[in-house]
Amino acid sequence: MLTTVLRRVGQGVPVMLLVSVLVFALLHAAPGGPLAVYLENPGVRPEDIERLRRALGLDQSLPTQYARWLAAFVQGDWGFSLSDGRPVATRMLERLPATLELAGASLVVALLAAVPAGIAAAVRRGRWFDRAAGVLALAGVSLPVFWFGLVLQLTIAIGLGWLPSSGRSAAFGGGLADRVSHLVLPAIVLAAVHAAAWSRYLRASMIGVLSRRFITAAAARGIPRGRILLRHALRNAAGPLLAVVILDAALVVSGAVVTESVFAWPGLGALFTEALSRRDYPVLMAFLMVTSVAVITLNLAADLAHRALDPRLRG
Amino acid sequence: MSPRDRGTRWAFVAAGVLVAAAALGPWLAPYAPDAIDLAARRAAPSPGHLFGTDDLGRDLFTRVLHGARVSLAIGILAAALSVALGAGVGAVAAWTGRWADAVLMRLADAILAVPRLPLLMIASVILRPGVGTLVLLVAAVSWMETARVVRAEVRSLVRQGFVEAARAVGAGPVRSMIRHVLPGIVPTLAVAITLAVGRSILLESALSFFGVGVQPPAASWGNMLYQAQSTMATEPWLALFPGLSILLTVLIVNALGERLARDDASPGSRHVA
Repeated sequence: MLTTVLRRVGQGVPVMLLVSVLVFALLHAAPGGPLAVYLENPGVRPEDIERLRRALGLDQSLPTQYARWLAAFVQGDWGFSLSDGRPVATRMLERLPATLELAGASLVVALLAAVPAGIAAAVRRGRWFDRAAGVLALAGVSLPVFWFGLVLQLTIAIGLGWLPSSGRSAAFGGGLADRVSHLVLPAIVLAAVHAAAWSRYLRASMIGVLSRRFITAAAARGIPRGRILLRHALRNAAGPLLAVVILDAALVVSGAVVTESVFAWPGLGALFTEALSRRDYPVLMAFLMVTSVAVITLNLAADLAHRALDPRLRG
Repeated sequence: MSPRDRGTRWAFVAAGVLVAAAALGPWLAPYAPDAIDLAARRAAPSPGHLFGTDDLGRDLFTRVLHGARVSLAIGILAAALSVALGAGVGAVAAWTGRWADAVLMRLADAILAVPRLPLLMIASVILRPGVGTLVLLVAAVSWMETARVVRAEVRSLVRQGFVEAARAVGAGPVRSMIRHVLPGIVPTLAVAITLAVGRSILLESALSFFGVGVQPPAASWGNMLYQAQSTMATEPWLALFPGLSILLTVLIVNALGERLARDDASPGSRHVA
């Protein structure tokens, strides 16, 4: 087991290094590099730019710059935001809770929709419910997320006035009910694509499990159908589903960028779009690095957890 | 890959209608895409303007038809390019094994780990791409899934006797690949391209929605939504129809991809292609 862990971690580290090279190269491909914002600003004198260039170490060779940047990054020094001069790490940390809240809520929504739908479709395979769920799932994975957000805002928030159309809470605080009412629409929008994909995935793996002999044996022993489905079949189908859920982490980040921007949800995704419009390169770089490292770590954890839980994969 | 059941046939017909509508758009459209009619500004959908008009009185139905050309062209080109790239990388990785394999697959892992949309948004802001560069960018972040699948398939094909036999009688790696391995992975590539078209259209529309993709005056469905955002509450049709077009197009393409994948999995279909 220990060698497996070390081997998988050993594969993860070069991938993280590759990501860091890609991110560094991308940001230095910009005309003018990280100082492009100042080059376009006529109020900034050339000698100031030169001073900044030297202060930031931009006059050194690219490999040196990369090594310095990486060393600083690993130590938690992510530089300063160009738009307000505060440390990038501070700005990202203060946005993290909102994003975790949204992602957590959408995970719950997606699983609440996907698990019952997937089980029911597997049990009624080929019948009308299964077909309807299949069509709905196909529509779900074909949805342009930003447009789905706009439509929900138009109909449910603006048209019917049932829920607030944007933000995380009312202007002056607001209680728990207020917070939840703000959370509902963005959580649904972020969950839709995943609920669709996961329900079909669970359906397929449930169908696989239900055709196995231990299920027939359990039925022959007179165990009630509901118990067989949940205790015997779902337990076996849940492992692979969990792996898929975690593998979709990178998709959730992309989804959060879109959802947070449409609903003005003050999380990391909204910070990213703000930074993008201001060419705030330190924030953009840190965002890509942090989310990629998180995705790689989650994948690694999922792989190891899967091995630990499934005796067949040990060895 | 003959259409073997009603569903597949309908998916093909729908996709055909879609491509025809995009190709014949300029002749089907009732107005010119930039014809300004100040008397009919912000008009709701009516028999004269099926999808309504925008703030300059331009006919939305006409613009959606023209947008279809841009969105579909980017989607199809980016998909073809990404699958070609993925197939190439996958084949090289499988064939050479060892070092090149490890490096290429770790590169695929690395790009897969970076969230795709933010990566593309940054690249677009830096490079300010035209339509051609946009296709390259979308393909550059979309080849990895194909590379993984093709690598696995090529490895299993190469282990079968016929490829070894071809090599034994003196066929070089390129010839064996094209004559003996490629026909075996055509069904996989067909499915990959179809699904990639949907994904590329969604990516392009999201980029354009954020204002960093296709730039006005060119109209893609995404940038029509970008412009519709501010007046959404008073002229909802401007947001409704371009979005519905994206949904319908991606739905048709994905339905087709799902059918192709299912047909491919059925026994006896592999050697037909």
